[in-house]
Amino acid sequence: MLEIQSLTVTYGPRLALQDVSLRVAPGEIVALIGPNGAGKTTLIRAASGVLRPQTGLIRAAGSDIASLSTGQRARRLAVVPQARSLPETFTVWQTVLLGRTPYLGWLGTPGPQDRQRTDWALERTDTQALAQRPIGELSGGEQQRVLLARAIAQDTPILLLDEPTAHLDLHHQVALLDLVHELARASHLTVLMALHDLNLASIYADRVALLVSGQLVATGTPAEVLTPDRLSEAYRLPLHIITHPDFGVPLVLPDGKKKVISDQ
Amino acid sequence: MTRPLLIALLLLTLALILSVAIGSVTIPPVTLARMLLAQIPGLPIQPDWPDSFAAILFQLRLPHVLLIALTGAALSGSGAAYQGLFRNPLADPYLIGVASGAGLGAVLAMTIRWPYELLGMFTVPVAAFAGALLTVGLVYLLAFRGRAAPNTTLILAGVAVGAFASAVTSFLMLRSQGELHRALAWLLGGATMSGWQPVLAAFPYIAIGLGVLLTAGNALDVLQFGEEQAQQLGLPVARTKTILIVAASMATAAAVSFSGVIGFVGLIVPHLVRLLVGPGYRRLIPLSILGGASALLLADVLARTILAPQDLPVGIITALTGAPFFLWVLRRAQSSSSSSS
Repeated sequence: MLEIQSLTVTYGPRLALQDVSLRVAPGEIVALIGPNGAGKTTLIRAASGVLRPQTGLIRAAGSDIASLSTGQRARRLAVVPQARSLPETFTVWQTVLLGRTPYLGWLGTPGPQDRQRTDWALERTDTQALAQRPIGELSGGEQQRVLLARAIAQDTPILLLDEPTAHLDLHHQVALLDLVHELARASHLTVLMALHDLNLASIYADRVALLVSGQLVATGTPAEVLTPDRLSEAYRLPLHIITHPDFGVPLVLPDGKKKVISDQ
Repeated sequence: MTRPLLIALLLLTLALILSVAIGSVTIPPVTLARMLLAQIPGLPIQPDWPDSFAAILFQLRLPHVLLIALTGAALSGSGAAYQGLFRNPLADPYLIGVASGAGLGAVLAMTIRWPYELLGMFTVPVAAFAGALLTVGLVYLLAFRGRAAPNTTLILAGVAVGAFASAVTSFLMLRSQGELHRALAWLLGGATMSGWQPVLAAFPYIAIGLGVLLTAGNALDVLQFGEEQAQQLGLPVARTKTILIVAASMATAAAVSFSGVIGFVGLIVPHLVRLLVGPGYRRLIPLSILGGASALLLADVLARTILAPQDLPVGIITALTGAPFFLWVLRRAQSSSSSSS
C-alpha cells in the first residue's frame, strides 16, 4: 500500500506539486498521466524519498517514509528510473545484483540468497542471456528491462516507474508493460508509474491519475478519467475518444488536423 | 575473484623479493630467504653470510621496501576510491591536489617546531591528513556539477588547488632554511626517511584507511549510477561519501607524510586493473591496493638502479611513465565521450 497525503513540493519559488493525495492498493497498477512539466516525475521522486516535500506525508507499507532510514526505505520501495547516464562498462549481472544493496551487511558482500534473487530477477525479465554483457552495449528496451530486473531484485512491496517506455518502440513498450503487469499480478505489487502514452495507460492501468500543473485533477478508472473534455483541456488539444475493440477501454485520438486550442 | 587476487599476491611477492634483493649490495634470494628464516628461533640455519648483510637487510632495506609498498598500496587504493567518488577515471590523489594538500600539512607540522618536538614523527600524518581533507573538500566544491565532476573542471580545480598548496609548501621550506636538498628530494617523492619509525607511524593510518575502502566496493558500485539511484537502492549517500573521503584521504596523507608527493600511481594502477577485470569496485579496490604496492616497488627498484650508486626519487620514475599514460587516458576519455554524446 502506498499512500500519498496532501503532498506539496516546491522547487525554489515554483510550486511543482500542490496538495496531491493518492492511494495505491497492493496488486493495483496506477498510471500517472499528464502533459510535460505537470509534475509526474516529481511525484515519483518524492514518493521514493529522494525529494523532501514542503508539506504532506508519504506512507509506504504502513510507515511514514520520512521516518525511515535510506536502507529501510529501499526495502519498501524500488524505483525503475529512465535509462540514461548508466555506467556503460558495468555488466547486466553486476547492475541487477546492486538491487540487493539494502540487504547487504556492513562488508557489502552479497550472499547466496542475493545471487539467487538476482538470478530470479534476470529470469523473470528474460535477461539471463545478457547477464555478462556491458549495459552500454544494450538497446534502450534491453536497458529498461535490466533496470526493471534490478528493481524486482530489490524485493519490495511497492514499485515506482518513471516513464519506463520513453524512447522505446511500440514492440518494446508493450513488452515492458506486459512484464510489469504480469509481475504486479504475480507478486501482488503496488505499482505507481508515470506514463506518457495515454493509450498504454488506458490498457495497462487499473486506475489513472491525471496531473496538470502540479495538481491532481482526476483519479479513477481509465473510462472515468479519459474523457474528451477533460483531456482536451489538460493537453490543450481537440481530441476524440474511441473504444478499444478487444478490451473496451478508452483510446485517445488527437485531432491533429485542426488547430491547437490557443492559450487564451 | 580468487584467480586475479592470487595473481596479484604472487606479483607482490615477486616485487618484494626483487626490491629487497637489489641495491648497492645484491643479496641473492636464497640467502635472503635463509636470513629471514633464521629470525625464527629453533630453525637450524647457520649464518654463512657477511655481517654487513644483516645490517643492510634489517636496518635499511626491509623498512624502506615496506614503506614503499605501503605508499603504493595507499596511493593506488585511494586513487581507485576517488575515481569512484568523483565518477571520473582521471581522479588521482596527485591530480586532484589531495597529495599536495597533505604535503603542505606535513611540511607545516615539520616547520612549526613545537608539536614536532613534543610528539615526534607521529604528528606529521595528522597534519597531512588535515591538509588532505581541506584540499579534497575544496576541490569537490569547485568541481562538482550535479551528477558528476566533468574532467576539465575536476582537473583544473585539482591542479589550481594543488599548485597553491605546493607554492605555500615551497615557501615554508625556503623560509625554514633547513636541509633544502633533503626537503626537495622528499617533495619529489623519495622515501628519504629511513629506519622503522616511518613505517610504524604510517602503518596504522594506511591500514585503517584501506580497510574501510575494502568494505566499500558495493557502495562505490552503486554510486556509479548517480546519487539519486544510489539513494533509491538504499545507500545513505551523504554519509557514505564522507566516510570514503575521510578514509581515502587518511591513507593518502600517511603515504605523503613519509614518502613525499608521488604522482600517477593512483591513476595508472586502477586503470590497468579496470582494463583487466572490469569496472566493479569490489574487485577494483583490493586489486588496486595489491597492484599499487607492486608497481611502486618496481618503480623504486628502477629508481635505485638506473643511476646507481645514486638513488633517484621514485616520484621521477612514476611521473616519467605516468604522465604519458595520463595523456593517453585523457584522449581515450575524450574520444569516447564525444562519440557517445
